[in-house]
Amino acid sequence: MNLSYLLDPAHWDPSVSGSFPQLLLSHLWYVFLALLIGTVIALPIGLYIGHTGKGSFIAINAGNAGRSLPTLGLLMLMVTLLGLGLLPVLIALTVLVVPPILTSTYAGMRTLDRRVVDAAKGMGMRPWQVLTRVELPMALPVLMGGFRSAALQVVATATVAAAVGLGGLGRLLIDGLAVNDYSRVLAGAIVVAVLAVVLDLFLALVQRWVVSPGVSGRF
Amino acid sequence: MRIRAIGAALAGALLLSVAACGAGDDPLASDSDSNASAGTSAVTVGSANFAESELLAEIYSQALEAKGVQVKRQFNIGARELYLKALQDGSIDLLPEYNGALLSALHQGGAPQGVSKPDDVLAELKKVLPAGTEVLEQSAAEDKDTLTVTQETATKHNLKTIDDLKPVAGQLTIGAGPEWQERYQGLKGLKELYGITFKEFKPLDAGGPLTLNALLDGKIDVANIFSTDSAIATKKLVVLEDTKNLYLAENIIPLIRTEANNPTVSGALNAVSAKLTTDNLTQYLAKVQVDKQDTATVAKAFLSDNGLV
Repeated sequence: MNLSYLLDPAHWDPSVSGSFPQLLLSHLWYVFLALLIGTVIALPIGLYIGHTGKGSFIAINAGNAGRSLPTLGLLMLMVTLLGLGLLPVLIALTVLVVPPILTSTYAGMRTLDRRVVDAAKGMGMRPWQVLTRVELPMALPVLMGGFRSAALQVVATATVAAAVGLGGLGRLLIDGLAVNDYSRVLAGAIVVAVLAVVLDLFLALVQRWVVSPGVSGRF
Repeated sequence: MRIRAIGAALAGALLLSVAACGAGDDPLASDSDSNASAGTSAVTVGSANFAESELLAEIYSQALEAKGVQVKRQFNIGARELYLKALQDGSIDLLPEYNGALLSALHQGGAPQGVSKPDDVLAELKKVLPAGTEVLEQSAAEDKDTLTVTQETATKHNLKTIDDLKPVAGQLTIGAGPEWQERYQGLKGLKELYGITFKEFKPLDAGGPLTLNALLDGKIDVANIFSTDSAIATKKLVVLEDTKNLYLAENIIPLIRTEANNPTVSGALNAVSAKLTTDNLTQYLAKVQVDKQDTATVAKAFLSDNGLV
């Protein structure tokens, strides 16, 4: 094993196709889209279930079912059905993103102290106000935990895009294996791992910023 | 707290898997020990991890069994890097190979340029075979790289040979295994030998279902498909003629450990090679891939249809 591929400055030139900056950018683009679509789907459902308590079996079971689907298999199935392109990749990654966000939103909503909700109602808040001003802010630490775990999973798994002809950091792994260039595979693995850690640190900062000091205990 | 617990669990799982790797040693090495103690008369037949290789390995196995040779099957090993190691350490004794691909893998820096005809490839191959191994007679059957287009594309751009691509390649997308980007028998050779540069290269799979479906869907215009793929006939695809012999000969040839070779074994395998042709291989492979028949059944049919058992 050697780091020659990773350390070669030619592979860091952003104008060269297939260089680290280009692959990183396309990788982050897939991650961003999957997280965006996943959040748009999972957050409202999770909030609704958490707020009303109706259909909690959906939150729990959908979460578990989604986690058990192998992304690569699902991706290949989608490619067979829809042909090549970005869409099958996004579907496969979204299925990965939805369960942790859905489950954590629901869990965050259900584990907060119901007496606070009662107090809010007692103060005359409307259901919408209870949701946006009390339940959601208090559920945020758990919700963000789920979002961070979704982000980590999708950063690592977005490498499958390369298996169906798209870009992203998976190219280093797939192409490296295809031409027996393990230095390149190693470089891909390292960059993905570092990206995952950096993204998680970034989301930790976001969490610090969005979670009310009253909830996190930092006055 | 929750996150920390997950982290601890992950770290634990990682440690366990690392420990498992350490304790396992070389999984292939231990196999060769048990093989040696079982006696020297059994020939262990291996294969790569795709349907054609398995079919050929099964044909070899049954042909040997018909001559009274004891056979152990160790199929679906993996890619060439893996099974060549297994062959050299004695875990397997015999497997079906392709002369051109094997030469490219063994020759430093890929296959020597200018060598592409079956006999030249065989001659070069014999110079670079690993110590303790040899090849038997090569068959006429070839499974080689092709550049293939749909009938529609061929008519539209009037394509018959790879040369015909030159004026239109700038508008066309090509799909192949990821290794094509860097191989001489891929984009490099197309550029150097034919002067062809495509609009886009899509890294897919090596002559597999992804590439074939992308071609049929029109996501790519030109595909690298293997010449024994039955889809070429059933989907009326057009194989562009390789007028400048960019692609090496890929004759099927038994690669065997010298220790395991004897006149009975080589006799049985050379008889198989004498009967194998690209056409009949394509036909029997389609029985496995398209009709989903059992490899052993198809192998048996091949041998009895050709009077080998």
